[in-house]
Amino acid sequence: MTDAPKKGWFGRLKEGLARSASSLTQGVAAIFTKRKLDQAALDELEELLIRADLGVATAAKVVAELRRTRFDKETGPEEIHVALAAVVLPILQPVQKPLAFTAKPHVVLVVGVNGVGKTTTIGKIAHNLTRDGKKVVMAAGDTFRAAAIEQLTIWAQRTGASIVSGKVGADAAGLAFEALQKAREQNADVLLVDTAGRLQNKAHLMDELAKVVRVLKKLDPDAPHSTLLVLDATTGQNAIQQVEVFRSVAQITGLVVTKLDGTARGGVLVAIAEKFGLPVHWIGVGETADDLQPFDAESFARALTGGDEK
Amino acid sequence: MFETLSGKLGTVLDRLRKRGALSEADVGEALREIRVALLEADVALPVVKTFIDGVRPKAIGAQVLKSVTPGQMVIKIVHDHLVEMLGQTVEGIDLNAPAPVAILMVGLQGSGKTTSTAKIAKRLQDRDKKRVLMASLDVARPAAQEQLRILGEQAGVNTLPIVAGQMPVEIAKRAANAARLGGYDVLMLDTAGRLHVDEALMSEVAAVRDATGPHEILLVADALTGQDAVNVAQSFKDRVGVTGIVLTRVDGDGRGGAALSMRAVTGAPIKIMGVGEKLDAIEDFHPDRIANRILGMGDIVSLVEKAAETIEKEEAEAMAAKLAKGQFDFDDLRQQLRQMKKMGGMQGLMGMLPGIGKMKQQMKDANIDESVLNRQEAIINSMTPKERRNPKVIHASRKQRIAKGAGVSVSDVNRLMKQQMQMADMMKRVNKLGQKGFMRSLGGMMPGGPKFN
Ligand SMILES: Nc1nc2c(ncn2[C@@H]2O[C@H](COP(=O)(O)OP(=O)(O)OP(=O)(O)O)[C@@H](O)[C@H]2O)c(=O)[nH]1
Ligand SMILES: Nc1nc2c(ncn2[C@@H]2O[C@H](COP(=O)(O)OP(=O)(O)OP(=O)(O)O)[C@@H](O)[C@H]2O)c(=O)[nH]1
Ligand SMILES: [Mg+2]
Ligand SMILES: [Mg+2]
Repeated sequence: MTDAPKKGWFGRLKEGLARSASSLTQGVAAIFTKRKLDQAALDELEELLIRADLGVATAAKVVAELRRTRFDKETGPEEIHVALAAVVLPILQPVQKPLAFTAKPHVVLVVGVNGVGKTTTIGKIAHNLTRDGKKVVMAAGDTFRAAAIEQLTIWAQRTGASIVSGKVGADAAGLAFEALQKAREQNADVLLVDTAGRLQNKAHLMDELAKVVRVLKKLDPDAPHSTLLVLDATTGQNAIQQVEVFRSVAQITGLVVTKLDGTARGGVLVAIAEKFGLPVHWIGVGETADDLQPFDAESFARALTGGDEK
Repeated sequence: MFETLSGKLGTVLDRLRKRGALSEADVGEALREIRVALLEADVALPVVKTFIDGVRPKAIGAQVLKSVTPGQMVIKIVHDHLVEMLGQTVEGIDLNAPAPVAILMVGLQGSGKTTSTAKIAKRLQDRDKKRVLMASLDVARPAAQEQLRILGEQAGVNTLPIVAGQMPVEIAKRAANAARLGGYDVLMLDTAGRLHVDEALMSEVAAVRDATGPHEILLVADALTGQDAVNVAQSFKDRVGVTGIVLTRVDGDGRGGAALSMRAVTGAPIKIMGVGEKLDAIEDFHPDRIANRILGMGDIVSLVEKAAETIEKEEAEAMAAKLAKGQFDFDDLRQQLRQMKKMGGMQGLMGMLPGIGKMKQQMKDANIDESVLNRQEAIINSMTPKERRNPKVIHASRKQRIAKGAGVSVSDVNRLMKQQMQMADMMKRVNKLGQKGFMRSLGGMMPGGPKFN
């Protein structure tokens, strides 16, 4: 964490980009200083999109659409941004949806592969909620990883949430059950359930997750009311597989994309939005409690191609 | 979704194999598909370009014409080039320096630094009989130092006592002192995760480096990383210096293109692979094996090794012998199903078998999951030993009996039989090269090894 004064996500992104040694980050502006949108230009644009992790197929589709509408037209960087946005926004706009807290306690299960930022995201969400005067309970459902419970406990202290934790190695489903009981007793508004990181190709770990969901339903058939899959923006095309498998095992209701404060653009989200249409609630842009922002399709789309803030 | 890289290349190369003579246009087509496959595998674009540029001149021209079959030759060239780019030899952690040898672990947030620190320390201590001290310089992430302390306890490796309020450079100096006074051979320094564009934190880790003079600086990177791998690798190389790469989450089903990207950008060898959360889930990096895996030629060597770890030795030997003969009956399939369950999922084992990339995709398309494994095993259990050994005898009435016994439909039995047949076919195909021929052809690809033709 740096002590630099807080700036908006874009301010920081821009700063990050300026500092980056790579030419990737020069983006559209470097390629398009007023030129014809000919084949060569389209190829360069396609490469830019690939380097933003859009994936070969999606990048090709986006570029094909641009070719259809703007081929051989004189085009400057701003027009490119507008044209790109016109292609990408219809895909991203529909998934820009804040998380609605509907039940009490509203149970939020947070899942994802190892190290993507689940625990930190819980801390950030709790911070948002307690700041708004909500009563939040956390469940330390990662009973496997060393110091996972301690880590969440510190986040609970930081945010004024209370925490239900068990022993290391305890059954995660049992703990979630107990936490929901306690959250009810305490008349909490929101229960945030942390889980251990798990790779989606590990069947036994995915079974364990399915069990957490099953057991929560015993207490409340509607629980978990939200199941958030946390994706790391630095992840490449495997993120698609992650969504696919977690969705079928744990009925994902929404996504959070973390680590967008680096140079990774998380372009795979375009393919994910198109394929699954799952809401994207938040993005993570740093390690502190304040570094959670609502997902904004437009700035995300612009950032994909290294665009500047309007 | 996308095929695996091995599946994809397998398809392209299959086509070449069937065609006979290779023209420049064929090479062009193959390389276009290889480009796409590499990108889909998350190899970073600039690295893909370098790769293709390097392969093209090798593939077009005299070398190709001299080969036994054009397809084999292209495989050889692409394979050689992959191995070359991944790093020709296995390089372990270098401890060739006055004790205590400091090893600095760096990388992005959540890449697996702390876990890998403990894994490496444990291995150095248990296997190489080194005295190791670990210290966490992570004052940023909640409970980070506590995490390493607990892992140290689990691994039986000493950790530097935690002193609250100390800054990373201070801790590093205290650790270096403690390692010297304590007569340790190795000092492992775990650091906080940091973004490569975070100037303040990059300076901090550079200061730690200057204070401790590490003999190894290991960049810990997630095998699932996408295109950003080149930016990360480049920045860490420029700002901190990188002597080696630790690739984590190789147990995932990512296609691992980041390995190629990072290696190409840093020029530093990939020294270690993380293959799980547990402390013994660590392996040496074998470039040739990985290249084979990428090419869909499978990795018989590590398949047999891995199988030997989990199943009884005789079983492994029997299996290896059968594989060597190109056989694959229902006994083998059942054994595989059981191992798959033991190894926690189908993906691990399957990726290692030659050509399995394609089959994995088929299975995925057919929507096969873990419960299906159980059902399939039930079907096999319902067969007589003779049927298992010789699937040819299974005709209509037997199928009905088997289906009834397993509580499934006849079409389920048919499906499994088709699967067994496909596996058997594949084994035969591998075997055409011959297990020995296969190994020999691998040998032929190594400098100084026997030539194949
Ligand atoms: N730069 C940056 N770092 C983040 C962000 N979110 C989380 N992190 C960091 O990523 C690392 C891993 O975060 P965790 O919250 O522990 O991840 P997790 O998914 O809970 O990890 P496991 O429980 O081990 O699977 C920590 O160092 C976090 O500080 C983000 O948005 N940006
Ligand atoms: N499946 C799998 N998980 C791994 C591997 N290596 C580490 N992990 C997991 O990844 C998560 C993050 O690992 P850490 O060691 O805490 O990562 P880190 O780089 O120290 O994280 P920060 O200190 O927050 O930057 C944990 O859940 C680990 O158990 C691996 O090779 N395979
Ligand atoms: Mg966690
Ligand atoms: Mg750590």
